[in-house]
Amino acid sequence: MITPDSISQHGLSMEEYEKILSLLGRQPSIEELGVFSVMWSEHCSYKNSRLELKKFPTDGPKVLVKAGEENAGVLDLGDGWAIAFKIESHNHPSALEPFQGAATGVGGIIRDIFTMGARPLFLMNSLRFGSITGNSQRAAENRRLFAGVVAGIGHYGNSIGIPTIGGEIYFDESYHGNPLVNAFSLGVLKQDQIARGAARGVGNLIFYVGAQTGRDGLAGAAFASRELTEESKADRPAVQVGDPFREKLLLEACLELLATGSVVGIQDMGAAGLTCSTAETASRGGTGVDIDLELVPKRSDDLTSYELLLSESQERMLVIVEEGKEASIERIFKKWELPYAFLGRVTGDGKMKVRRGSQVVVDIPAEALTQEAPLYRREAASWKPPAPLDLQTVPLADPLLVLHELLSYPSIACKRWVWSQYDQTVGNGTVVSAGSDAAVFYVREANKFLAATSDCNAIYCSLDPYEGAKIAVAEAARNLACSGALPLGATDNLNFGNPYKPVSFFQLRAAIEGIAEGCRAFDIPVTGGNVSLYNESPLSSIDPTPTVALVGFIQSPEEITLQHFREPGDIIFLLGAIGSELGGSHYLLVSHKRKEGLPPRVDLGHEKAIHDQLRLLVRLGLVRSAHDCAEGGLAVALAESCFGSSRALSEAAELLGATIDLGNEDLRPDVALFNESQSRLLFSISPHTLTQVEEHLIASGLPFTRLGVVTREPKLSIQLKEKKYQWSTGALYQSWSTSLATIMKDQE
Amino acid sequence: MRAAVLQFPGSNGDYDALMALRSFPEISAQLIWHQESSLDTYDLILLPGGFSYGDYLRSGAIARFSPIMQAVRRAAEEGKWILGICNGFQILCEAGLLPGVLLRNRHLLFCAGEQIVRVETSNTPFTKTISPKSLLRLPIAHGEGCYFASKETLKELLTNDQVLLRYATAQGMTTSEANPNGSLENIAGICNKERNIFGLMPHPERAFEELLGSRDGRKIIESLLASLHGLIQ
Repeated sequence: MITPDSISQHGLSMEEYEKILSLLGRQPSIEELGVFSVMWSEHCSYKNSRLELKKFPTDGPKVLVKAGEENAGVLDLGDGWAIAFKIESHNHPSALEPFQGAATGVGGIIRDIFTMGARPLFLMNSLRFGSITGNSQRAAENRRLFAGVVAGIGHYGNSIGIPTIGGEIYFDESYHGNPLVNAFSLGVLKQDQIARGAARGVGNLIFYVGAQTGRDGLAGAAFASRELTEESKADRPAVQVGDPFREKLLLEACLELLATGSVVGIQDMGAAGLTCSTAETASRGGTGVDIDLELVPKRSDDLTSYELLLSESQERMLVIVEEGKEASIERIFKKWELPYAFLGRVTGDGKMKVRRGSQVVVDIPAEALTQEAPLYRREAASWKPPAPLDLQTVPLADPLLVLHELLSYPSIACKRWVWSQYDQTVGNGTVVSAGSDAAVFYVREANKFLAATSDCNAIYCSLDPYEGAKIAVAEAARNLACSGALPLGATDNLNFGNPYKPVSFFQLRAAIEGIAEGCRAFDIPVTGGNVSLYNESPLSSIDPTPTVALVGFIQSPEEITLQHFREPGDIIFLLGAIGSELGGSHYLLVSHKRKEGLPPRVDLGHEKAIHDQLRLLVRLGLVRSAHDCAEGGLAVALAESCFGSSRALSEAAELLGATIDLGNEDLRPDVALFNESQSRLLFSISPHTLTQVEEHLIASGLPFTRLGVVTREPKLSIQLKEKKYQWSTGALYQSWSTSLATIMKDQE
Repeated sequence: MRAAVLQFPGSNGDYDALMALRSFPEISAQLIWHQESSLDTYDLILLPGGFSYGDYLRSGAIARFSPIMQAVRRAAEEGKWILGICNGFQILCEAGLLPGVLLRNRHLLFCAGEQIVRVETSNTPFTKTISPKSLLRLPIAHGEGCYFASKETLKELLTNDQVLLRYATAQGMTTSEANPNGSLENIAGICNKERNIFGLMPHPERAFEELLGSRDGRKIIESLLASLHGLIQ
């Protein structure tokens, strides 16, 4: 019986229930109410964000499958090849059960890629946790979540055999109780083999393949679209359990299935499971489906129809097979020892019809669940920019200590403790993994080199979401440029608080506009992504975190560039202005415990000109190293450039030094060393090419400074106007490289 | 040389191994599904890395029952070369074709990165052309790579010169800092008494070209090719 209580328990408003009544022309069954509840949840329908998401540029000459059309967007890679990539969140499950939450997040994004017909090549992830330092209960809790998430990501990626080669991790109190786990995957496919998630061809057969359905993850999509509260722990059954072994079989089987040409449509049973996959395939195909739940492979026979429809058991797929071709398909299911079942057929009546034996339990027009989902434009708070930072209120902290503090701060420190838990080399394509500005991957089948990175400085976004989101795109593009790559496309993961809170909705809208502006400036499409709202811990909303992942193209292996200095005697340049903006900086956060001020501004045209100039020098073979100036400013970028590129486990990196002269700059030492002004990058060149490089830089009209020289002696020495500061590179390396492992020692 | 790369459900280093072997023009390499029962036509049988059957019970514990393992056993008895990498090493130990076991890494965390290993002997077809004490730079990636054997077994391994690889520093020292997983005596790879079965935790198949950071993995295959040449002559 449907009551006001059962409606609200399903996360539906009375207004939405009225709409269901008018769409059906009758009262829904409880199963139908469940189906509407998950299909109209934010996770599936994007009802609070879709109108805003339309602001993204999604077209382009290389776009083969646009954002929102399918499980993942597809871009042209040339020579008949294409890439599919996407980022997706698994925040709420990871807050409750970090290992399985993160593991199934990885599993989900991998399925999104191979349902497009692409072989997944690599993974990245973007993570946020509360503070992990100190002896407090809170810090211990955050360490537990961090360790669990990292282990879960490793567990899934390592086992299935897809390398994890990059990403980013930040720690900030705003994520206490609500960590962010955004997983990215990219795959390659032939352009003529793009698979579609559509149920086409009346009479075609609907197969279920993969794990048996159980009660796990029951209505997870609806759960992900609510705030986390103290009671959320009771939602643990809503967290799914991952089986990377089963998924590996499913992956190989699906790619083999798609190669037969007998599959007309394929769809992952991810969020909202069987319900979402059938409704979406029917809606995309302009058809209907008619399936029998009695035939679904089950873990136990007492599962109700409601549970079968809404379960989010992992590693399951819906496959639509051309009538008459079922024998060849079943042979593949059997080879890979996968449970499968013939559930029903594609129909012409546009309805999602679900039976349990002879009884009809769901009979809903498929479009009512997808096209007719409600759309809202929520109320946005009015906003005025934060006051610029008054430098008078910031006492000068000793730069000698500050650089050590910054390098050992977990968000900046070396992430070896993390990446040594990820298999980065399986697949024989990893050229550069964690530890430089962007990861670089060799797509062997297509003979192409790709770079990928994900970025978001959420401090900037919390102070100014529009500018912060623009910077997320600019920084990601800068990381690509520093690796020798030209951006091809973007995918974004919008992590925000409850959209019913006007401040959160304002942040969401402003960040979308910022990302859209950024992508237009770099002339790249947004090919898809994910929206995660309701990121609220019992205390507050998270800092708005619109993570941007960019994929770029590197023309030839000679153009792959790393951040590390190469040879003593090489000359170091700063491309871009010296800068002076300290608002929202990590210096302010780490040394002064202040998260305030106006974050840096970015002029996107100027930013792009800087990248183009660097790429030109790279193409001419003049650049020996390049590194983006980001958190911690110039001093941190210089220190990191002095640390060698070793991936070796049992040997220390080779350390170099640098002698830098900023004596002509009239700036406070902390401003000169730690400001986070945008559009700046370091690069080094061989002294023999100095004249040539300077000619190019002068001709470009862009601001640049010849900073100094790389030294064999491992000392970083920076001359400012009134004083020279000098650090031992060995001591800096010690601060940077041991910090995270020391903090996490007790966790092991 | 004809090489078979075995494919168990959950293998994930199968294509990498195939790719590495095929980078040698004189090798013809093929994937062989675990349900097959014959390996008669191959000189080298490679058991690749991965998580066969998910490694849910114990690494390699289920794969050893695969039908193909009967053929591997026969091939071993006939003196054919068998190379087990990572999960392949675990399967060979579980199947009793190599002595000892691989335990969970001492620090309990999965462990991945570049590792230096020291070659301990040239007295096997797999290391014939590599000088003893030379260092190889190879990727590692495993959660259960801590080699362990009883005192008697270890003594036998040492007496018979069956330890082929040890984890080492860049200076070639087999210190505890150089040991990524707590393996007994820094052992990274061993062979059987008959010297035709070699199991190792590092991944030579991921180090066959400069682009991937190292070509040192080729040396093992080059040794086999030289050994084959020796056999034919």
